[in-house]
Amino acid sequence: MGDWLDEVKGRLEGVVLDESEFRDEKTLVLDRSSLPNSLEVLKEEFGFNSLVDLCGLDMGEGQTPRFYVVYHLRNMNTKAQLRIKVGVNEGEKVPTACGIWAGANWMEREVYDMFGIEFDGHPCLTRLYLPEDFPGHPLRKEYPTEGYDFEE
Amino acid sequence: MRVVAETAERKTFTLNMGPQHPSTHGVLRVVLTLEGETIVDAQPVIGYLHRGTEKLAETKTYQQVIPLIDRLDYLACPAYNFAYCLAVEKLLGIEVPPRAKCIRVILAELARIASHLIWLGSHAMDIGAVTVFLYTFREREITYELLEMVAGVRMHQSYIVVGGVRWDLPDGFVEKLRAFLDILPSKIQEYEDLLTKNKIWKLRTVGVGVLSKEDAIAYGATGPMLRGSGVKWDIRKVYPYSGYEEYDFEIPIGEHGDTYDRYLVRMEEMRQSRRIILQALDKLPEGPIHALEGKLFFPDPEKVRGEHRDMAALIHQFKLVVEGFHPPKGEIYQSIEAPKGELGFYIVSDGSPKPYRLRIRLPSLMNLQTLPILSRGHKVADMAAIIGTLDIVLGDVDK
Repeated sequence: MGDWLDEVKGRLEGVVLDESEFRDEKTLVLDRSSLPNSLEVLKEEFGFNSLVDLCGLDMGEGQTPRFYVVYHLRNMNTKAQLRIKVGVNEGEKVPTACGIWAGANWMEREVYDMFGIEFDGHPCLTRLYLPEDFPGHPLRKEYPTEGYDFEE
Repeated sequence: MRVVAETAERKTFTLNMGPQHPSTHGVLRVVLTLEGETIVDAQPVIGYLHRGTEKLAETKTYQQVIPLIDRLDYLACPAYNFAYCLAVEKLLGIEVPPRAKCIRVILAELARIASHLIWLGSHAMDIGAVTVFLYTFREREITYELLEMVAGVRMHQSYIVVGGVRWDLPDGFVEKLRAFLDILPSKIQEYEDLLTKNKIWKLRTVGVGVLSKEDAIAYGATGPMLRGSGVKWDIRKVYPYSGYEEYDFEIPIGEHGDTYDRYLVRMEEMRQSRRIILQALDKLPEGPIHALEGKLFFPDPEKVRGEHRDMAALIHQFKLVVEGFHPPKGEIYQSIEAPKGELGFYIVSDGSPKPYRLRIRLPSLMNLQTLPILSRGHKVADMAAIIGTLDIVLGDVDK
């Protein structure tokens, strides 16, 4: 069971930028340009058939990369779980995962809504929660919690 | 002489269902594309109840976030507090004492029964069986009385806190809960007598809203939506938490993935939850209700305000209120089997007393995404049955 991660790293050699483990949870940081192929490899060859969660993470203004897109993957046969993080900067796009896990559709829309990260090849990249004319992307760190005054 | 067209043109038209519609269980809007009465496409439009929970959480200490969390699924509050506290405890690396674990399991399963009772009542009423609604709300009232006994309020209890539970179970709670569990099987039988073999009920649910095993997994459907499609998957069994591995219970699954199978799955889940609570009550250990490590718990009020004040307790209380506690740097994901499916929390900590990022993986949101698949090809009238079988709560969709 323990060595599936080594196999994954061997298969994705060159695109794994960083790895970490905390509280028995394994995280791999992948090169953005390897997507969506690397995710497809994880699904087809390593059995990560379930995308549990997909979300954005803002590291703050001036950081490189500015954002991460975080994928929580699960192999429902072996119960293995893996976290994949992909760095992305302002103005850069991430290839969509909709073709691999259909459930990515709404989650990518949510990331776009909240962080303004665009997904290349997404079938319908519109805001998920907020109205279309909403100014800005609220989960960015510089966005004030109390919001902006709409009257002005 | 007028020429009449020989072949009628096939036209589709768009119909808005909601945001204010009795069968959408809140403020959900579904844009229906219809051909006559047949649904060609159904796209949910959500966000009417968006409260920005994830953004708000970043401005509050870990304890202050707890009351925000039970406002997500306001029909199963204890389960949501439970999941969040488990996540923070995983981040801190602490274990809660056995009694607290046991109390949490009892409340989480009680929440499952309460949530399923509301689902059954409203689902049956949407389809036209109003009597069932009155019956389930009779029993649901007892579950709320029980929760009120524990926490002092009917909803949004925030009784489960980081490190344990807020206070011990009150006198008379165990007896009242046992009395409720004694009558529950006969009540579930009563609902089943009204529905399970009812011809109209079967006509409205069998073969309606079919979700295949493959689609359920691909779309991230969880809970009864996944199990109704025949996948034996329950977080309580697969990644046990809070001592679930010590309880003896079955995971009911469906066969056809239709509305009727999901109905049967949820009915059986109520019986299994009762089994779990009974086992928990039998073994309910004595002992502390809160982890002592990490100084997470507020000191005894007597020591802070009473005659024999203790300076150390006062400082401890002050630090917890003003500053909060400091978890280590790191990121964790922790999920539980909530009544509606997998509820997960992804917390990124930068070592400060406030979460750097709190991501909530909501079961209703992911389950709702399957709506277009479930409804395609059905009639408009089936939409009420299909929204009902999803068992969504809009607070749990809109975050």
